Amino acid sequence: MKNVELTVNGSPVSGEVESRTLLVHFLREHLRLTGTHIGCDTSQCGACVVHVNGKSVKSCTMLAVQADGAEVTTIEGLAHGEELHPMQQAFMDNHGLQCGFCTPGMIMSALDIVKRNGNELDEATVRKELEGNICRCTGYHNIVKSVQAGARAMGGES
Amino acid sequence: MTDFGIGASVKRKEDRRFLLGKGRYTDDIQPNGLTHAVFVRSPHAHAAIKQIDSSAALAAPGVIAVLTGDDLSADGIGPLICGVTVTSDDGEPHKAPAHPALAQGKVNYVGDHVAIVVAETYAQARDGAELVMVDYEVLPAVTDTATAANPGQQQIHEVAPDNVCFNWPFGDKEGVEAAFASAHKVSSLDLVNNRMVTNAMEPRAALGEYNAGTEEITLHVTTQNPHVHRLVMSAFNQLAPEHKLRVVGPDVGGGFGVKIFVYAEELVVGWACRKLNRPIKWTAERTEAFLADAHGRDHVSKAEMAMDENGRFLAMRVHTRANLGAYLSTFGTMVPSYLYAFLLAGQYATPLIYSEVKAVFTNTAPVDACRGAGRPEATFLVERLVDVCAADMGMDPAEIRRINFIPVDAFPYQTPVVQCYDSGDYNAALNKALELAGYADFPARAEAAAVRGKCRGIGISSYVEACGMAPSAAVGQLGGGVGLWESAQVRFNPTGNVQVFTGTHSHGQGHETTFAQLVCDQLGVPIDNIEVIHGDTAKTQFGMGTYGSRSLAVGGVAIAKACDKLIAKGKKIAAHALEAAEGDIEFADGSFSVAGTDKAMGIGEVAFNAYVPHSYPERLEPGFDENAFFDPTNFSFPAGTHICEVEVDPETGEVDIIKYSAVDDFGRLINPMIVAGQVHGGIAHGVGQALLEACRYDSDGQLITASYMDYTMPRADNLPSFDLDYAPTHPPDNPLGVKGCGEAGAIGAPPAVINAIANALDVKHIEMPATPETVWRAAQTAARA
Repeated sequence: MKNVELTVNGSPVSGEVESRTLLVHFLREHLRLTGTHIGCDTSQCGACVVHVNGKSVKSCTMLAVQADGAEVTTIEGLAHGEELHPMQQAFMDNHGLQCGFCTPGMIMSALDIVKRNGNELDEATVRKELEGNICRCTGYHNIVKSVQAGARAMGGES
Repeated sequence: MTDFGIGASVKRKEDRRFLLGKGRYTDDIQPNGLTHAVFVRSPHAHAAIKQIDSSAALAAPGVIAVLTGDDLSADGIGPLICGVTVTSDDGEPHKAPAHPALAQGKVNYVGDHVAIVVAETYAQARDGAELVMVDYEVLPAVTDTATAANPGQQQIHEVAPDNVCFNWPFGDKEGVEAAFASAHKVSSLDLVNNRMVTNAMEPRAALGEYNAGTEEITLHVTTQNPHVHRLVMSAFNQLAPEHKLRVVGPDVGGGFGVKIFVYAEELVVGWACRKLNRPIKWTAERTEAFLADAHGRDHVSKAEMAMDENGRFLAMRVHTRANLGAYLSTFGTMVPSYLYAFLLAGQYATPLIYSEVKAVFTNTAPVDACRGAGRPEATFLVERLVDVCAADMGMDPAEIRRINFIPVDAFPYQTPVVQCYDSGDYNAALNKALELAGYADFPARAEAAAVRGKCRGIGISSYVEACGMAPSAAVGQLGGGVGLWESAQVRFNPTGNVQVFTGTHSHGQGHETTFAQLVCDQLGVPIDNIEVIHGDTAKTQFGMGTYGSRSLAVGGVAIAKACDKLIAKGKKIAAHALEAAEGDIEFADGSFSVAGTDKAMGIGEVAFNAYVPHSYPERLEPGFDENAFFDPTNFSFPAGTHICEVEVDPETGEVDIIKYSAVDDFGRLINPMIVAGQVHGGIAHGVGQALLEACRYDSDGQLITASYMDYTMPRADNLPSFDLDYAPTHPPDNPLGVKGCGEAGAIGAPPAVINAIANALDVKHIEMPATPETVWRAAQTAARA
């Protein structure tokens, strides 16, 4: 067992984990942050995307011990109090979610897309950038609209 | 229309919890003392089990138990069932081999359940499962749909000679043969409907908890129909009496059919949690989902159409082999029979139809409903055949459809294949779709593409489907074991807010919003004061669940009926309070008023009076809380025309969808935003089937597409944005005037896409999925011809 200490959503956390424990299991089972989901076992679906030191990471592909000392942000860390993050709000306004299972990963990826591509995103860019996130419900139509609207709403924020 | 009533695109009430990461899916629940389960699965497609040695596993750290089929049968837990009987051509019911939840001496597909290992942690359960030694005697496997029933094939089940489950002829064989004999032209097509893995994004999971004090099992499970799970597990599997079994489908991450069925894992977890008196959770890995979720489709067919000299359809003949997998899943028999052959009329007035379906067993995962269930198979066959007919007659695909459509004045229309279509204006939808798609200008676009070395194609699909399942009597006549009504309870609390309990289940469809809109509209209660509750057998009286696009068309009507009862009771209460005759009370916009006066009281005040009945009508029961059940008198028949335009690169075989236009008839829309979302998702599912998704077993029965590395799910960059419009008609059989919308896209899309590619390459047919390799080969062959 190893001890890991990291910052999750701004709060310091620590835990004893097996060397083989994945970051996603540490978040879900040790910290009970179950907003980050597991949709596959081959790092394809993107339901588990979180930010590690500001970069989007599939948390099923990273060991918890690799995140030792890191700053991690999950879907639970985005809202400001009662107020949804502009990207979360954009998903609500544009019906960018149905069953909600892929949604946390979509939003965490979307924030990374905005960070790298800016606030004015064309449809082709969003579609290409979302290739690491699978959704079975929406046909992506409204997810693409949501990401574009969320990016605009974020203005100069990122 | 109010801002939050019927017809308004109200933002979804359920979204906030999902957006905040506060959804509560089965795998999110972690009770104290939780143990974890991993299933030992067969690595072979067909094998006898000589011995199972659990000793090493039991000695491993943290392992609590290893349980096998012997333990299960010793405790009297019955086999899994199939709920619909199909009568074969010999007059006998379909062949139903025993389907044990844990193998009894034999395994019949890769992924078949052999044992459950329960341990303190998930990792320990996995380690333990690897230590269970199973001695197999491997047998030859049968996997191919077309040849599974051929003489000399390996037999899978003793009770099913030649691996045939049923051979089901249906329709007027002699009439059809006579029409073919005298036809001006016969068009025919051999085609495959490719096997799919449904792939809801949340993998299946089950969490069993046993309370030794109350002797009650609580099973949280990824289900679309919790009450049906409870009923089947109680009545047929002897897991526990219904009143001692609570089934909860909490937030469920997509269904598309795959979470309808009662599976081995959830039954075994329910049984084991009581046996071990510990909470047990099992969550599928994606690979397990590929191996052991029920798959969809998998037909091999020959379709023929007889026409007169004007291209009018005289008769259709269909022969289909349908793969049911190794065992019968819960509704496996119904999909390639009643849900398939009864839709073979499509939108056309074809007077004579005959079909023969031979359903076969193979050493593959069980096959059952997947978004559309039988209707995509029927629609793909009909709409591809119609395009072949058009080509054979030298007619425009739009024109041959138009002259064969059931005319608008013929509704309700009795087809020759059981169904009586409720309403439709197929020409209106076609015309609107042609306009939306810019059909008239297509030749210019094709020419411009040709200059760039690209092949443009345009494809039409005019589909109709039967959903809103279903009239219970009709289901019973067909051999179904259940009634398919729906129930609702609408309960006012004394402070005036409303709780709506529905027997349907939402796993992405937005019922918490749509149903709240219904109640808001009917009772005049602000939508924020309405909560829709579903998915828990301890809360809702009963329900048949959500599948077959039934929730609004059946469940919504039950809610409306419960609201009617509240209004009727409210009139009595208001009449007493307002000192008027009950017959003089009118109800509108949340207010009971005395006709012709300004005397009125709000429904909230009426509710309060009902709970604090100090001055109250004599002999009237207190309380403001009504139940209703609704059993529909007919199915619901959504229809529409979808048009796909593609550009094919003949050098690479890549297909680019340039434009996808859909015009649908869903009757009255309650929440257009949600309806459009359902259509988008359905189209993407259908495009996935047409272009990308192939579930393949090798000849040994190994699933060679068992992960997202091998099975191609549609991703954002495979799809365009979609252009949607509606051509609604009024279905007279539905009290709300609504039709189902959840499956339409998956039904309409595959032939639209394939017709477009066939048009682009000027070939008769191309099999799904039309991958670049398949398309490239077709393009090369076409170029040489």
